[in-house]
Parts: sequence; C-alpha cells; structure tokens
Amino acid sequence: MSEFLQQLVNGITWGSVYALIALGYTMVYGILRLINFAHGDVYMLGAFFAYYTARFTGAATNPSPLMAAFTLLVAMLGCAVVGFVIERFAYKPVRRSSRLSALITAIGVSLLLENGGQLIFGADPKFFPQIIRATNIPLGMGVTISNQQVIILVVSLSLMLALRFIVLHTRAGKAMRAVSYSHTAAALMGISVDRIITMTFVLGSMLAAAAGVLVALQNPRIEPYMGIMPGLKAFVAAVLGGIGNIPGAVLGGLVMGVAEVMVVGYLSPTWRDAIAFVLLILILLVRPQGLLGQPPAEKV
Amino acid sequence: MRQLAWLLGAMAVLAVINAVLPSVANPYVTRVIMLCGINIVLAVSLNLINGFTGQFSIGHAGFMAIGGYGSAMFSLHIGRHWVTALAAAGLPVVVAQGMALVVALVIAGLLAAIAGYLVGLPSLRLRGDYLAIVTLGFGEIIRVLILNVNVIGGARGLPGIPGWSNFFWVGFVVMAVVLLARHLATSTHGRALFAIRDDEVAAESLGVDTTSYKVLAFVLGASFAGVAGGLAAHNDSYLNPSSFTFIRSIEVIAMVVLGGMGSISGSILAAILLTLLPEVLRPVKDYRMVIYSLMLITLMITRPGGLLGNREISLARLFKRARPARERA
Amino acid sequence: MSGPVLELKTVTMQFGGLKAVCDLDLAIGEGELVGLIGPNGAGKTTVFNVVTGVYAPTQGDVLFKGRSIRGLRPHAIAHRGITRTFQNIRLFGSRCCRDNVSIAAHQHAKANLLDAVVRNGRFERDERALREQADELLAFFGLAPWAESIAGELPYGQQRRLEIARALAGRPGLLLLDEPAAGLNPQESDALMHLIQEIRTRFKVTILLIEHDMRVVMGICQWIAVLDYGIKIAQGTPAEIRTDPKVIEAYLGEEMPADLGAGA
Repeated sequence: MSEFLQQLVNGITWGSVYALIALGYTMVYGILRLINFAHGDVYMLGAFFAYYTARFTGAATNPSPLMAAFTLLVAMLGCAVVGFVIERFAYKPVRRSSRLSALITAIGVSLLLENGGQLIFGADPKFFPQIIRATNIPLGMGVTISNQQVIILVVSLSLMLALRFIVLHTRAGKAMRAVSYSHTAAALMGISVDRIITMTFVLGSMLAAAAGVLVALQNPRIEPYMGIMPGLKAFVAAVLGGIGNIPGAVLGGLVMGVAEVMVVGYLSPTWRDAIAFVLLILILLVRPQGLLGQPPAEKV
Repeated sequence: MRQLAWLLGAMAVLAVINAVLPSVANPYVTRVIMLCGINIVLAVSLNLINGFTGQFSIGHAGFMAIGGYGSAMFSLHIGRHWVTALAAAGLPVVVAQGMALVVALVIAGLLAAIAGYLVGLPSLRLRGDYLAIVTLGFGEIIRVLILNVNVIGGARGLPGIPGWSNFFWVGFVVMAVVLLARHLATSTHGRALFAIRDDEVAAESLGVDTTSYKVLAFVLGASFAGVAGGLAAHNDSYLNPSSFTFIRSIEVIAMVVLGGMGSISGSILAAILLTLLPEVLRPVKDYRMVIYSLMLITLMITRPGGLLGNREISLARLFKRARPARERA
Repeated sequence: MSGPVLELKTVTMQFGGLKAVCDLDLAIGEGELVGLIGPNGAGKTTVFNVVTGVYAPTQGDVLFKGRSIRGLRPHAIAHRGITRTFQNIRLFGSRCCRDNVSIAAHQHAKANLLDAVVRNGRFERDERALREQADELLAFFGLAPWAESIAGELPYGQQRRLEIARALAGRPGLLLLDEPAAGLNPQESDALMHLIQEIRTRFKVTILLIEHDMRVVMGICQWIAVLDYGIKIAQGTPAEIRTDPKVIEAYLGEEMPADLGAGA
C-alpha cells in the first residue's frame, strides 16, 4: 500500500510538470487551432537558460532560494522572448494558410530549435547544478517526498493559480477567451487579436520554461533533445483533458503523470513512452473531445 | 495492348541499366540512386494520402517499418530456403531471387495495407490535426514495439537480410507507384479524392463515400510505403528501428510539401532533390537538419504550394513552348 | 408516382437547448417547384441539412419517394436522388469546371478502381461518357467555354451556375437550392428564374428553393412554406403568402424585404 502511495506522490509530481507544459499547448490550440510542435523545445530551452544563468551567477557554489528563484525568473523571461519570436516570425505569416501548412511550419520550428540547440549548446549533455540542496521529508505510511518534489508541486500550483487568475479575472484573460471563440467577433469587439495571440504564446512559453527548470532540479541531465518526449506526452495530456480546455490540461497532465509512473513501477520501464500513445489512441477513439471537452460541431 | 508493349519496353530498359550499372557507377553512387528510388516511392505514396486526399498523415515511417520487418522476416526464414531449393532445381539464381523478392514485397505491401486499414478506419472520422496526432502516435508505437520485440532484433537491429534488391526492382516499384498514382489521379476515383480534399462536405453530399475513399487512400499509401520498406531492407541487408523515427516521416513529408501536394512529378523531383541534398551537404553534416528546418519554414511562409503546386510537369507543354521560338528563328 | 416525393413528418432538429426546427410537416409533390422562406435564422438551411443527411433529425422522419432516409449518410442520400447547392458556394476550387461536374456523376460511373489502374476499354468508355455528359451539362448552363478553367477562379455568377450544374450531374429526382440568387443583380436573378424553370422542364426534377429575394420566390414558386424560429407559420400560393398576416408579422421588426407585396 505504501508503495502505491509513494508512486502516487511521484505521479502527481510528474503530472504537475506535464500539466504546466500541457497548458501551453492547450492555450495555443484554443486560440489558433494550431498544435505548437515547438512547445516541447521551449521547455528544453527553459532548462538550458536556467543552466547558463546558474553557472553565470555562481548559484551552484552558493545555493540559495533567492538565486534559485532568480534563475527561474530569467529562464521564464528568456522563453517568453522565444515564444514571442516564434509566433511573430514563423506562425503569424501562416495564420491564413491551410492547417497542414501551419502544422508543417510548427514541425520546422521544432526541428530548428532542437538542431540549432545542438549546434549552439553542443550535443553532449550538461548537468544542471544543484542550486537547491536535496533532502527527503517523510510523510508517514512509508512515503517520502523530496524537497525538490515539494518545490515542483508548490511552484506548479502557484503558476497554475496565477494563470487561472489571469484567465478568469482580468480583462486580458477575458479577451483570450473571446479570441478562442471567434477571432472575427473578438476583433469586432475592439480586441487586438494579434496582441492576445502573442500574449497567449508568451504565457504558455513561460509555463513551459518553468517546467523545464523544475524538471532539471530533479533530473539534472539536460540535452537539446530532452523536450521531444515530454512535449509529446504533455500534448497527449492536453488532448486527454480536452484540447483547448484549461482545467482539462491540468487534469490530463495529472492523469498522464500518474499513469506513466504506475506503468513504470508495476509493468516495465520499457513501456514508459508507449503508455502515452496508448492513452492517446484510446481517448481519440472513445472520446475525441477529451475528458472535459465538448463535442465539436461544424456549421454547414 | 499498346500499354503492355510500353510496360515490357520499360522493364527491358531497367534490366539493361541494372546490368550496366555496376561497371559505370561505384557502390556509393549506386546506393544513392537506390535511395532516390525508395524515397520516390515513399513520397508518391504519401502524396496519395496528404496531397490527393488532403489528410494529415505524419507517421508514414511506421508503415515503412512494418513492410520492412515483415518482408525481412519472410526472407530470412522462408524465402531464403525457396531460393536455394529453386536454384538446386536448375532455375538461374537471379530469377529465383527475383521471385522470392516479389513475394517478400507483396507481403510487405499487404502487412502495411492491413496496418493502414486498422489505423485509418477509426481515425479518419477525426478532425485533421487529431488524425495527424494519431498517425504520429501510431508511428511511435510501431517503433517502440520493434525496440521491445527481440525476435525481430530489437534495439540491436536485424542483420543478414538477403540482398536481393537491385536497380531493376527499385525501378520497377517506382514505375508501378507512379503509374498507379497517375492513373488514379486522372480517373473518377482520383477526382473523388481531390474533391474530398477541396471540400469534404460537398463531396459527400454529391454521392462520394468520403470515408471509404479516405481509407482507400490511406491503405494504398501505406502499402506502397511498406513495399519501400521491403526494398530498403533487402538493399541494406540490415534493419534498425532507429531508421523509422518521426524524423524519417518528416523527411518524407518535406518531399511531398516541397514538390507540391497533389503533384506526382513534384514528389518525384523533390524526392530526388532531398535525397541528394544531404549527400551534397555532407561536408556540413551538422548543419543539415538546421537547413532542412529552415527550408520547411521558409517554404510554408513563402510558397506553401511547393515547387509545382497542383500541376504536373507536362512534356507536351514543354515542347509547345519550344516550338514557336524555333519558328521565329 | 402517387405519393409526395419528399415528406417531412414532425421533424424536429435540436442542438443542445436550441430547437432549430420544430415539428415540421412538409410534403412536396413530384415535379413541383416549392419555396422555403423565412427571416434569417428561421432554420431553413437546417431543413436542407436534415434532408440531405448532414444531420439526423432529433425527432420525426424524412421520406423520399416513400422510403425513409432518416439516419442515412449524405452520400447514400445523394445516391437515392437528392442533391443540393450551398448557401456559401462549396465548389471544388482547385479542379476545373468539367471535373467539378464529373465528380458529381461519380455514382453513375461504371468503371471500378481496377479498371482505372489498368486502363481497359471499360474505363475509357466510361471516362468518355462522363466527359460528354459533363460537357453537355456545362453547355446547357452556358459554361462550355470555361470547361477547363479552374473553378475557384471563375466570377461569382458563373460559380453559382456551376454549383447548380454540378448538383444536376447526379441526375437527382429532388434538387435543393440554397439561396441561388444571393449576390445577384436584378438582371442576373431574372436569368436565374428562367434557368430554374428551364431546369424543371428539361431535367424533370422536383425543386425546393430557399431564397430571400422575394421577386424570385413569388415569381417562380408554385407554393411556398414559411418558417419562423423553426416553426412553419404558413403555407400556400404566392398570392396567399404575400398577404398572410402571420408572415408579414414575422418579417416586421426586420428591414422589410423588398417587394414582399409586389408581383413578379
């Protein structure tokens, strides 16, 4: 029983990371009907930006919560810029083109970030410095949680709540929701659709960056292709919850995280990546609109 | 009957080239030529799905893998024995090998077709980008499956596949797929596919069974990808799951997009270009994928129709334009 | 043929909480030219969508030539003999005009896939027949000079005509026209009225027409059904509809459609 609970704790921790990344996918899809293939690579860039910041500021030799927070902030801001640039120069020109064109552009950007990253950072993996010293906290019933896991959970939760606040209680958030319903109608209401789209990309990228930093805390080995699998899985999580649906992304992320940890723990580690796709096929066959989504209707 | 004469004539030409090739070209050049041929088959077959019918299939490497491994297992365990038996009975080895290869390729095509059917039927009612994700997932699942099944080699790969493939067979399959695509495109069935691409709702309301046709395109495209996989397996004599990653699917998509979705000659042209490009860029191998990705992005932004868009290279049109110039002179 | 060609029996179409069409009864006889009018949002196109199988009715039944077509997929209904045009033109924009028309005759093609690949005699004969039929139809609609032009590049009026030509290629028994006069000037809509009447005589087809242009509706329809908020509020000859107080009230509060009271 305690093993199950331990796996659950691990699963929820992983799940919140997936949720952070999935939120970016779902927001962009909701607003542009575009699957931003490059999103997983923004997550990777977040980890790398944090890596270089930590090295530059010497956070490795003098670990402190303040430096850690600063590193996180720099990574998030860096990726905010990346998200802005991608949207402005790669996606905006193809907004009016066919969906297949946009999909291929997204794939192109993803490849560019991965291979460009390999050129710039080098193909050999880097090791993220321990900017937070690791300790284990027993929770009772034989379950322990590391302080890194606690940080992951706390930071993810805070960011998700912050996003929720923005989406539900600010004018910009309301504008985002309007644009996701209809660009034309939103524009007629005086909303600058371009600016909202940019904002969506920036927010999503910041969340992905945070996810990258949080993961690097726990799994210090980072390399330019680290974003591919988590990106795909987070995307599946978004679809699982209902793509375009923000609470759905969180739910999907948690389900994905728990499912993956359970499969690795009780079945076999080799099926770790496959579970994501099995879940994907299942949900698309049984309930394509996702757990929290609504069935699509097409006007003829 | 005239068609049959053309066909036999073309096959004769292929046989001649096949015989002459080893003396004219070194093994490296031969290998590149064969790779061109395999990529043409992949590109044209994917064009049937993405270009003709407008469906988003981004897991084409998965079908290739199924065909490759399926045919390889046949050849390794059954086909090889047939060849020895036939050769012992007096049949020329080349002929026996050719026959075995044909069977292997048919198996490759059938297995991939079944996979195409199983993947296509439930997924084709999904919206475009969802279909893309399912095909992506399918490709990945196949790869993970192959990695984990040790009977077919797993992560270490499958070595020792008989090398029966040669220029003649690759050329033959290229001819077959191009002819099929062309004959399909200029028939009522091809028109139905294009109609589905242009406006599925209208096509359905005018009597086109869109689901059946989408599945048909999928199955046809998948089966030829499988045959391409079979050719590759019997060419390299070795198979490894790392050859069938998502990147491989992307490379084929790039060919179809560059050539122009819906244009057969475009796919052929682009397949050749994009097979030669990495060879030409070998000195800057590290930059290859960066150039690739920049090309994809730029193409989509500036010329989403690709090189030829919807059109085909027409020899008749080329000649028509040349004549007036001569008359003027 | 005795009974009505098309019959809707208490058809209701509900989307979530919204009843787009409510308890609709409609019976159209063979060879008739019937109009379906009503203010915007009255549910007229939804009726078309239900008849052509895009939606299955939430309640009620749809019968074509006495047989139920409820729940059939659109292509099966097209095979039975019902075709349509669309409010927003849905041509196959990348194909030439001839191909647009030929595709609609696809169900009558005799050559199968194998024939097409092998290119045997049956295929060649079939293609020739399809091509001749398409050219004939294009000629009737005055589109022969543009047989090989790309449909997406045609001027608006010709695109509308091509859409109607295409709908006839399947040799339907019932033709549904969704706002064929939209965007046409008075001369063009005059020509359209003549065209529709010629279609009726030449192709022996029953026609149901959605239209906002009252001149066209009153001018050619034998009788008219009026929808408002999904409910049929009136049915009768043009003369009866023109003066029906319920119909006038339904259009009041909106900008009065021109010539509601005027004759053709």
